[in-house]
Amino acid sequence: MFKNSLLSLLLIFFSFFSNCQNSSSVKALEIIKKVDNNMFADTQIMDSKMIVYGKRKSRTIRSKGYSKGAYKNYTEYLSPEREKGTKMLKLDNRLWIYSPSTDRIIQLSGHLLRQSVMGSDLSYEDMMEEQKLSEIYYCNILGEESIQNRNCWKLELVAKKEDVSYHKRILYIDQSWFVPLKSELYAKSGELLKRTTFNEIKKIQNRWYPTKINFKDVLKSGKGTDFIVLEVLFNPPIRNDFFLKSILKK
Amino acid sequence: MINFLIKGILRDRTKSLIPICVITIGVSITVFMAGFVKGVMSDFVSTTAKLDSGHLKIMTKPYYENKDQIPNDLAILNLSMLTRTLDSSFPNLKWVPRIKFGGILDVPDKNGETILQGPGIGLGIHLFDKSKGELARLSINKSLIRGSIPNSPDEIILSESFSRKLKVNPGDLVTYFGATMEGSMVFESFKMSGTVNFGNPVLDKSTFIIDFNEAQKILDMENGTGELLGFFNNDIYDDVSSLKIEKSFNASYENSSDEFAPIMVSLRNQNDLGSTIDLINTFSSIFIFIFVLAMSMVLWNTGLIGGLRRFQEFGIRLAIGESKRHVYFSLLIESFFIGLIGSSIGTFLGVSFCYYMQENGIDISAALENSAIIFPSVLKAEVTPDLFYIGFIPGLLSMVFGSSLSGRGIFRRNTANLFKELEV
Repeated sequence: MFKNSLLSLLLIFFSFFSNCQNSSSVKALEIIKKVDNNMFADTQIMDSKMIVYGKRKSRTIRSKGYSKGAYKNYTEYLSPEREKGTKMLKLDNRLWIYSPSTDRIIQLSGHLLRQSVMGSDLSYEDMMEEQKLSEIYYCNILGEESIQNRNCWKLELVAKKEDVSYHKRILYIDQSWFVPLKSELYAKSGELLKRTTFNEIKKIQNRWYPTKINFKDVLKSGKGTDFIVLEVLFNPPIRNDFFLKSILKK
Repeated sequence: MINFLIKGILRDRTKSLIPICVITIGVSITVFMAGFVKGVMSDFVSTTAKLDSGHLKIMTKPYYENKDQIPNDLAILNLSMLTRTLDSSFPNLKWVPRIKFGGILDVPDKNGETILQGPGIGLGIHLFDKSKGELARLSINKSLIRGSIPNSPDEIILSESFSRKLKVNPGDLVTYFGATMEGSMVFESFKMSGTVNFGNPVLDKSTFIIDFNEAQKILDMENGTGELLGFFNNDIYDDVSSLKIEKSFNASYENSSDEFAPIMVSLRNQNDLGSTIDLINTFSSIFIFIFVLAMSMVLWNTGLIGGLRRFQEFGIRLAIGESKRHVYFSLLIESFFIGLIGSSIGTFLGVSFCYYMQENGIDISAALENSAIIFPSVLKAEVTPDLFYIGFIPGLLSMVFGSSLSGRGIFRRNTANLFKELEV
């Protein structure tokens, strides 16, 4: 009699616990989907500048990027003079870089995509990341915290598959804007690789969007790299030839 | 009498052959081992100095703290002024700048698109300024496997294994893709002039060499360098002097407020080389000491056995009227000559074998394939003056010492009992 009661209690406890877990995951997924709706669009054109803070001096690099879906991305560098005319095209997991000085197209793939872009704290993968978080990560709510004086959910995202840039992410999502305010990016080993801070959140085309992001590679010294969005268009029509290799030498 | 004793040693081989063989073997092994350990150690120091550390190296302080990342954004930027100061302050040293840089070498097809690529470590050295002596220092001419050394700044040399990996041949184009010291993208095409084998697995894996001035140009390092290496004019590392120079140079920048002030590091103080050298030296000294001690005991024992074996001979010599003192000293002189012959042959053989190993060596490159330290891939001995006495003296003295102990029995012999002892 006593044994049966204990068993029932345990069953109730475990089903309650797993229900809580499930409901937490479901809620987390809902949050992440809302974040995806803010952060990603079917097509996007972005005019941006990147400020790389070096030990001796800082550099500002301006670029214009076009993206379509998760796997097509084209970027053209506009300034400074040294970078002007450099173009990058990413299709699936391959990246081509065109250098006007040598008139060559160099293809990067695999681990080379994890190298720093122009001495910044961003890798080529970071630059061209377009996959929705809800599609590639399992998510879970860890709690609530205040970031930049705003109420945030603290979410843990763990990769569903192997070939993602970061195996785990801890995101702090603003509870009313559904935009991340801070994130920590981890390797599969559990080592913290990068910290990202999202600032100057603005309402653009009916969605909240961070227009200043600081990337900090924790393995590097310095104060990181600022990525500043000067102008962004969501879901504009983009010609298909922007995502063909022939665009690079045009 | 000496002639008589020498004739005795040569004619009566029963009393000299085995001791001479034992001394020869012992001395030759001691001499060879000492020469081999010295050779490996000196090669290790010399290879490290030439390829990486110099006898002294100058970097900026932040570069030194992050040197494993090759942080060229923290490089020395007042190279010509610094070199002038160093030349006047330390005239016994020659200063050569080198730029190390990482990046990707990319091989294009006829349309300029990537066929193959691989990450490599670039080395910018003075290829065309002969006064810097870099070609000789890095033995580029001797190490050339295919093609030739660059004739113009737009040419590049690759390590043989890297060129095989990229499937490029002399005359082919390769593009360097990397970053300037400030982080801007660099694309620069070079013609591969030839390939070299450094004889060091770390460098042979993926190294490429371009001219220093070209490296300065493409990496935006005008009047700058990552590292400034100092070599003594006689090309021999002097530990005591280098530590003094290091101390005096660093003292002059001790109170500098410049974040990028230079710092000098001697070979000993780079990458724990000092403790490695001390440890290897200590172990090799202990090893040689134990070996010399063991050999001395064997030879002493040979002397003892020789003395005891000749118990009957000494009895007869005493019986026919030779004095005990004369028998004893003739035994010592005999031992001295046996030691002299054995030690001379042993030293000759040991030094000859050392010389052979100095010229040929043992190739251990297969065992060092995945090594991360700069270590010579061919272990070579070195013939040094001390090899001529390191085995010779113990070989000579231990035989005399053994005979002097065993010969003491001569003075205990009683002339009255000699005929009984000899059973005449």
